[in-house]
Amino acid sequence: MTAGAIVAHAPARRRLFPSSLWLVVPGILFLLLFFVLPVMRLLTLSFQDPTTGAWSLASYWHIVKTDVYIRVLGITFSISGYTAIFSVLLGYPVAYWLARMPERQRGPLLLLVMIPFWTSYLVKTFAWTIMLGRAGVINTLLMSLGIISEPLSLIHNRFGVMVGMVHSMTPLAVVTMLPVMIGIDRSLVDAAKTLGATPAHAFWTVYFKLSLPGLTAAGLLVFISSLGFFIVPALLGGRLDTMLAQLIITQVQELLNWSFAGALAAMMLAAALLSCWVYDRMFGLSSISGQSGQESASRLRLVAQHVLHALASVSARLADLMRAVIGGQGTARLLPAAVWLVLGFLILPTLVVVPVAFTSSQFLDFPPPGYSLRWFDTYFSSQLWISATVRSFLVATVTAVLATAIGGFSALALARSQSRWNGLIFGFFLAPLIVPRIIIAVGLFYLFAQMGLVATNAGLIIGHTVLAVPFTFVTMAAVLKSYDWRLDQAAATLGANRLSTLTQVTIPLLKGGIVAALLFAFITSFDELTIAIFISGGITTTLPKQMWDDMILQLNPTLAAVSVVVSVVITAVLLAAERFRRPA
Amino acid sequence: MAHQTERQATTAPPKLRLEGLSKRYGAVTALEPSNLQVNAGEFLTLLGPSGSGKTTLLQLISGLTEISAGQILIDGRDQSNTLVHQRDIGLVFQHYALFPHLTVAENIEFPLKMRGVTRDEIKQRLARALEMVHLEELAARFPRELSGGQQQRVALARCFVYKPSIILMDEPLGALDKKLRDQMQIEIKRLHRESGATIIYVTHDQDEALAMSDRICLMNKARIEQVDTPHEIYNRPKSAFAADFIGISNIFRGTAIDGPHGVRITTPSGDFIPPAGTAPGMASCALVIRPEHIRIGAGTANTARGGVYEIVYAGSETRVLVALPGEQRVIIRLPPGNAVPQIKETITFSWEPDAAVVVP
Ligand SMILES: Nc1ncnc2c1ncn2[C@@H]1O[C@H](COP(=O)(O)OP(=O)(O)OP(=O)(O)O)[C@@H](O)[C@H]1O
Ligand SMILES: [Mg+2]
Repeated sequence: MTAGAIVAHAPARRRLFPSSLWLVVPGILFLLLFFVLPVMRLLTLSFQDPTTGAWSLASYWHIVKTDVYIRVLGITFSISGYTAIFSVLLGYPVAYWLARMPERQRGPLLLLVMIPFWTSYLVKTFAWTIMLGRAGVINTLLMSLGIISEPLSLIHNRFGVMVGMVHSMTPLAVVTMLPVMIGIDRSLVDAAKTLGATPAHAFWTVYFKLSLPGLTAAGLLVFISSLGFFIVPALLGGRLDTMLAQLIITQVQELLNWSFAGALAAMMLAAALLSCWVYDRMFGLSSISGQSGQESASRLRLVAQHVLHALASVSARLADLMRAVIGGQGTARLLPAAVWLVLGFLILPTLVVVPVAFTSSQFLDFPPPGYSLRWFDTYFSSQLWISATVRSFLVATVTAVLATAIGGFSALALARSQSRWNGLIFGFFLAPLIVPRIIIAVGLFYLFAQMGLVATNAGLIIGHTVLAVPFTFVTMAAVLKSYDWRLDQAAATLGANRLSTLTQVTIPLLKGGIVAALLFAFITSFDELTIAIFISGGITTTLPKQMWDDMILQLNPTLAAVSVVVSVVITAVLLAAERFRRPA
Repeated sequence: MAHQTERQATTAPPKLRLEGLSKRYGAVTALEPSNLQVNAGEFLTLLGPSGSGKTTLLQLISGLTEISAGQILIDGRDQSNTLVHQRDIGLVFQHYALFPHLTVAENIEFPLKMRGVTRDEIKQRLARALEMVHLEELAARFPRELSGGQQQRVALARCFVYKPSIILMDEPLGALDKKLRDQMQIEIKRLHRESGATIIYVTHDQDEALAMSDRICLMNKARIEQVDTPHEIYNRPKSAFAADFIGISNIFRGTAIDGPHGVRITTPSGDFIPPAGTAPGMASCALVIRPEHIRIGAGTANTARGGVYEIVYAGSETRVLVALPGEQRVIIRLPPGNAVPQIKETITFSWEPDAAVVVP
């Protein structure tokens, strides 16, 4: 065969095997324009004088010399840090318990974590105001039992904030730890036992050690998410519990001081990136996505091993003691008992909104003095609430489609390519998860103000899509990772062309993942407040925005009715997702 | 390096002809330019160690992988650029690649539907295919509800049902246990006979290759080493690799030198008489003797001595492992009933010159 003939064949062959990597381009452009650009722009603003636009460090200088900002910074870190610690402590046994289940049972029980995970932060926080208030559920209960005579102050202080934060973030911790724990080979623990380790030693030195990447990833994600949080401190905190995000909102909404807001955002982003960097040094960022990270530096490893051995010895003693006191059976029930306590903490308080929604009273007292449907009437007959609900549905639906398309095609491109850029691109699509939402929201607000997209559905959809893409991307990447590409090849050898292969083999097999991605994106948007605070308003308000406005104005039972509606929608969507995720 | 088949008597073009076919992945050569002819109805096995290019060759023939250079001719027509689904080729995957969302029946119907076969005909052919692989009862099940052997049968039925004229099988029995494998080998041979298809079959397992094939295509390091009938390839290996890879061989490396009494192979373990007709003057060659051709006791021509270091009992035979001076090891196969030497005993053994083969 001559060289000429080979060359003549080459172009035709190349068209048979097109590279898939270009499928990732639209997603990258989208994130560059609506995520990287606005965040960068905001950071640039922080170095500019608000009036003249000249370069200046005035905003940072202002932060440094006003001790109130330093204090807020300290409060934000301390609340976020404690939230991370407590969420991981509460979440770990739950994740451990779920990981140990046979897969069949795990699905339904996982819903007990997924429902609180996806329940609106507004609803959860609103429920706590009913639980913790002076005339709230807990105080009423304790007083009627005669345990206390004066109501305890459980709200508008640090205690209230911590309860609300931990309650909000524990599901995220569980969801992050779970994949790592499921990936741990249980026979390793058994092997350790046959090699002479006590159950406690086997757990701490083998299982716990292997679960550390998941644990720390959970801590990191909770910490970063908490940094940008404002709902809980605004509703459950006192004046001394103000967090950074609240300051940023005030700066932007009331004072229009972009430079200063940018500087505050920069500090928050720096904190987030710094904790990512420290984490990466110690564990490797890849463990966030469920892969096991590299082994850490050897000195650290030795220290860790000593600590684990010490923990093991202590808990072995403790276990012996427990067995002596409550017997072997009792000890075995400790884990489920603890897990159900945590699950109860995650689920029950939110349920308090249900009776309150049906109250006949004007107030949020519990138990309700009588029952009626008047607050649902108020909701359904209010033009404002209904149009907000309709808008939320509309925006969420379009966001779901857009985010799933972007996330799905990008994940497909990565799954089919062996480019050395894969790792970097993967991280890029997860980045909106690591940058606190408030920063994205303020950045987009500035960008959209210039583009005329403020108070438009398009603006909301774009913003929500930025937030939803990491979820759809990860969901699709997961199903594509386990997808057997030989099935496509098999279809081709059996005579199916590209289109038949796609419609009869690939899509039916990926259906579960696609539906799950759609629904997760839907919920992300339906429940989104941070971007809505800035981008929606007036007549284009969304449901969460309308709830938020009502909540800071005056808590009222209509909010309970709305909370019930929102929770019913989200639970229905989740159950649908669960159904579709299982193969037929 | 063209190893053409010796039986080229027919005038019709061969079913499949590869001309200078090769594949490179960047700097890695997965297949050196290779020529191969497969006749219609033939059962050809690709045999070779891991990474020798067997899967690559199959994928090139099926069109799933882009060829780097060369040509694929089917029935004399160039098919190098035909799309996968338009080639008249069937492929059975190692792990079956059954569609998990389709039932057994739907899996088998898939290629027929893709070809627009009428519904009546689909029904008939499905029934026949199910009968052929004895799966009538399981038609409504999903693949995950079947055992490994049953899944394998579905994969076979799905391939044979649309009667491709060439069927490629990549280690189809690799995931099955020994007993099931033996059983499936017989079924595949039967399907081959009944369908008259041309089959190219990949395996690691030399016994499987020897038992099933009309011819074996032996591959090594991305090259075709030798293409021959099982009998030829076992008895007349053309390289030390072929001798070593198929069956057990005793290989003495040395030099062929013309001496006063004729050609001798000079090795570190002694000088040996090669089979008649061996040309002298090979600076480096190897003398290959199969273990069953060696006899314990002195002989007339080639005799050597060594210490027994291991005895392996293998049911129908006993293998005696002997160490000779200079790192040379020799395996002797004793049929049952022969006296077995003791470990550490020094024994004398011998073989007839014509029982050996000299390879470069
Ligand atoms: N997609 C690829 N990219 C780069 N190199 C490849 C690729 N596919 C195969 N190779 C290389 O080509 C060579 C031949 O591989 P091939 O899969 O054909 O071997 P094989 O004979 O089928 O081996 P096995 O018996 O293990 O299945 C190997 O060295 C392999 O590493
Ligand atoms: Mg292979």
